Amino acid sequence: MRAPHALEIEGVFKYYGDFAALRNIALRVDRGSTVALLGRNGAGKTTLLRIIAGLSKPSEGSVKILGSNVRDDAARRRIGVLGHGISLYEELSAHENLTIFARLYGLDQPGETASAWLERIGLGRVRDGLVREFSRGMRQRLAVARAFIHEPEVLLFDEPFTALDDRAIAVLQGLLADAHAKGRTIVMSTHQLKEALVLATDVALIRRGEIAYAGTRTQQMVDDTGWLYRTYEDD
Amino acid sequence: MKTTEAVAELEISRPVSAPAPSLIAQVWTIAGKDLRSEFRTKEALNASIAFSVVILVLFSFAFDPTSDQLQEFSGGLLWLVFSFAGTLVLNRSFSRETQNDCLDGLLASPMPASALFLGKSLANYVLLMMIEIVSLPVFGLFYNIRWARQLPMLAAVLLLGTWALTVIGTFFSALTVNLRIRELMLPMLVYPLMIPALMAAMTLTTVLLGGVPITASDMIWIKMLVAFDVVFTTLSVFLIDTVLLG
Repeated sequence: MRAPHALEIEGVFKYYGDFAALRNIALRVDRGSTVALLGRNGAGKTTLLRIIAGLSKPSEGSVKILGSNVRDDAARRRIGVLGHGISLYEELSAHENLTIFARLYGLDQPGETASAWLERIGLGRVRDGLVREFSRGMRQRLAVARAFIHEPEVLLFDEPFTALDDRAIAVLQGLLADAHAKGRTIVMSTHQLKEALVLATDVALIRRGEIAYAGTRTQQMVDDTGWLYRTYEDD
Repeated sequence: MKTTEAVAELEISRPVSAPAPSLIAQVWTIAGKDLRSEFRTKEALNASIAFSVVILVLFSFAFDPTSDQLQEFSGGLLWLVFSFAGTLVLNRSFSRETQNDCLDGLLASPMPASALFLGKSLANYVLLMMIEIVSLPVFGLFYNIRWARQLPMLAAVLLLGTWALTVIGTFFSALTVNLRIRELMLPMLVYPLMIPALMAAMTLTTVLLGGVPITASDMIWIKMLVAFDVVFTTLSVFLIDTVLLG
C-alpha cells in the first residue's frame, strides 16, 4: 500500500461571512518536498497555512497530514509551525520557553533538549535571559528553535524570512537545508521569491483564494522570478 | 574531544517517537507556566489584592462594624469582593496568550484544548485563593468579625465557590480573548452565570462567619455548589475546543 502524502488538501473553502477567503483548494504534497506557497497580499496564503496547521477550521473540505486529520494528536506531533508571531513568552527565559514546548511535545529530557537547541542557535550563553530582554534577531532564532524542537516531519512556515537578521536567516537556512536532507516536508508562504525558489522543489501560487498554479519548480522560475506572476496573475 | 556543537547535535538527534505526555503532565506544564509568568510580573495578582483590600477598607467606612446587620451581609460582601477582584486575574488568563501569538504555538502542539483549559484554571484557582487568603484577615480586622470560628467548613465553601468562579471565568476568558472589549465583556458574561454559585457561597459564608455550623437545611447549598462545579467543569472541558478553534 502506498504511503500517505505528507499533506492532502481536499476541497477546502473558508468563508468569513459572505467573503470566500479560500475556494476549492486541493493540493497534494509528497514527502520530502519543499513547497513555496506564493501569492500577493490577501491572496489567502496565511489563511491556508493556518488551516493546514490546524489553527483554523475550514468551512468545507479536509486537510490530512501524513494520513491523519490535522487536529488529531498524531498529526500535530509531526508538524512544526512558525507563524507571524514568535509564540514565545516575554516574561520567561529562553530556556524556560523551549522547555515548556519540549514538555508539551512529550520529549524525553525536555530541559536538556532545550539546552542543546540553545547551543545550536547560538543562544547558550543567554539561556536564562528573559525573552523581553532579547534583540529581535535573538527572539527570531529562538522562535525557529521552538518550531524545530520536536524534529517535526512537516514544517509549516508563514513568511519565514521576513524581518530576519543575517544571523537568523543563516540559522533558518541551515535548519531548512538539514530538514530537507533528512527528507522532511516543508511548506512555506513567502514574498521573497529569490530565497524561496532556490530552496523549493514545488510551487503553489494562490490568486484570490484559488490555486492558480501548482507544480514542480522549474529553472525558468529561478532565473526569472517575475515569470510566475506575469503568467498566472491577471493584474 | 566533543565540541559544543557536536554535543548539541547528538542530543537533538534523539528520536521523537516518545509516548504522548499524559493529560495531567500537560495540565501541570500550563499551570506552572502561567504561575511562573504571573509571579514574575505580579501584574494581575498585585492589582487584584490591592483592589480587594481597598474595597474592603472603603466599605468598612460605610458600615458600623458593631451592627448586627453587618453579620447578615458579611458573606455577600466578601464574595462580591472576591468576584470583582477575581475578574482582574481571569481577564489576563487567555489575553496573555495573545502577545506574540503564543496561543497559536499552544494550539499547534499535540496538547488537547482541555489540558490548556484545565491548566489555566488550576493556575487561576491558585491565584484567586491567594487573594482570598490575603482578604480574609483584612475583612476580619476592619469588620470586627471572627471569621475563623468554623474554619474547616469555611475553607470547604471557599474551595468550592472559588472553583465555580475560576471555571466560568477561565472559559469566558477564552471566549472573549479576541474581543477588543474583553475587559468589559468578561464580567458581563460571568456574573449572570455565577448567580447560583454565588448565592450558595454567600449564604453558607454568612452562616459560617457567624460562628454557626452548617445544618442539614444548609446542605442544599453545598450540593448546589458541588453540582455547579461538576456541571460547568464538564461543559467547559467539552466545549473549549470549539471555543478556541471555532
